[in-house]
Amino acid sequence: MLRAQDRPIPAPPVNPETKPFWDAAAAGKLLVKRCTACGAAHHYPRARCPFCGSERTEWTEASGRGTVYSYSVFRRAPVPYAIAYVTLEEGVSMMTNLVDCDLDGIRIGQGVRVVFKPTDGGPPVPMFRVV
Amino acid sequence: MTIKRKAFIAGVFEHPTRKADEQSLAQLHAESAAGALADAGLAFKDVDGYFCAGDAPGLGGLSMADYMGLKLRHVDTTETGGSSYVIHVGHAAEAIAAGKCDVALITLAGRPRAEGMATGTAPRNYGSAAPDVAFEFPYGPTVVNQYAMAAMRHMHEYGTTSAQLAWIKVAASRHAQHNPRALLREVVTVEDVVSSPIIADPLHRLDCCVITDGGGAIVVTRPEVARGLKRPPVAVLGAGEAVKHQRGGKIDLTYTGAVWSGPAAFAEAGVQPSDIKYVSIYDSFTITVLITLEDLGFCQKGQGGKFVSDGTLIAGVGRLPFNTDGGGLCNNHPANRGGLTKVVEAVRQLRGEAHPAVQVKNCDLALAHGTGGSLATRHGSATLIMERA
Repeated sequence: MLRAQDRPIPAPPVNPETKPFWDAAAAGKLLVKRCTACGAAHHYPRARCPFCGSERTEWTEASGRGTVYSYSVFRRAPVPYAIAYVTLEEGVSMMTNLVDCDLDGIRIGQGVRVVFKPTDGGPPVPMFRVV
Repeated sequence: MTIKRKAFIAGVFEHPTRKADEQSLAQLHAESAAGALADAGLAFKDVDGYFCAGDAPGLGGLSMADYMGLKLRHVDTTETGGSSYVIHVGHAAEAIAAGKCDVALITLAGRPRAEGMATGTAPRNYGSAAPDVAFEFPYGPTVVNQYAMAAMRHMHEYGTTSAQLAWIKVAASRHAQHNPRALLREVVTVEDVVSSPIIADPLHRLDCCVITDGGGAIVVTRPEVARGLKRPPVAVLGAGEAVKHQRGGKIDLTYTGAVWSGPAAFAEAGVQPSDIKYVSIYDSFTITVLITLEDLGFCQKGQGGKFVSDGTLIAGVGRLPFNTDGGGLCNNHPANRGGLTKVVEAVRQLRGEAHPAVQVKNCDLALAHGTGGSLATRHGSATLIMERA
């Protein structure tokens, strides 16, 4: 058993295009961009839909639930951590960390739920706990 | 328009250094260029097309043309990471076929060891303006743990094992023992690989390529120029390039851009995977090779683990010898960009100039493939098919 420990998280650079995402994160909400022209959700969030090119994209609140698509425990790091792609219920996958868990117990397909972790001088970032 | 047989590779050079404490970056580029031009029997004054990528110092093509005193009528600084130089050969062939230049020079160089760069294990950040950075960098994406996620998913979907991946390193080490310049010349076993320390699950230390300084260069010319030179000419038959990315979050880590670059190159060359006698496959990690071989059609999707097992990739043993210089896994990975040396070893094979212990008999058709960037996020894929002319 290798318990995940907190490690220093660098602050995400925030710009005008993505500020709503980070403002929501500070309020404990995970947002996903959705295109009102083609209906597709995408991540990371963009002003313009990467599927159809439309600028008619809007922020929607995600359920915060998903499953582990893939992961890797970086054992060589000073504080080992698990990088992962989590597939959200909304159908998009996002890079993240799996936290507050036994790193040796992570499996592809596990259910996870979002949690926000503080960063070094920036907004909190969405990570996931195994449920 | 096709580039088939419209451009030849006339000169290649792999810089002999593996740690360049005494040379500048520009100097390494120029030494590599001089080596390839000497191999071809040409001079700097003959060059009228120049190709380089993100490893070149300063303003890239401008800075290096200035440093080397080149008089250019064609310049191309396409940057797709370690695959750039494989793409450059295709672009050089296009430019030559279109009459835009006669003698194209491609250079690569870097000093990650001399500079103490934590190549694979420190999170990479391409600057805060990169649109992905805020959504990736906080999570500690390193080169190793990203490729590891691709390996983990491949294992999950297809039952690929660490022992199967290890066969790729075993084959590279069997070749590297014959290369006096290889950084790692010790022959290793499957057991050695799977018992080496885990860096990022499921990749072990011996699943990872080496970190080396150095460089390399390639000279591509019009066919009539190459035929007038002393070296055995190698014709470019076909080239394909592609960019694979995250597709807006529709992540699928089980394949690479080789699923597009490969068929494009085979179609242009008019040959099939079964015709290829030798392959140079970008080997940043063992998993890179396995997935690429599947995507290029050398075996069915998901069967890569079975395909590489039991020595398929070992020269003199298996039916598809690969990376006979020892590749990035054992020989050399200059500037953390392995595409150029992939072309160099393929040319050696086609000329019959590989080490006798690893030379493929009657090697008249070879493929080189580059992968640049990250399998887990965004990468360039480049496939090049060459023929002994």
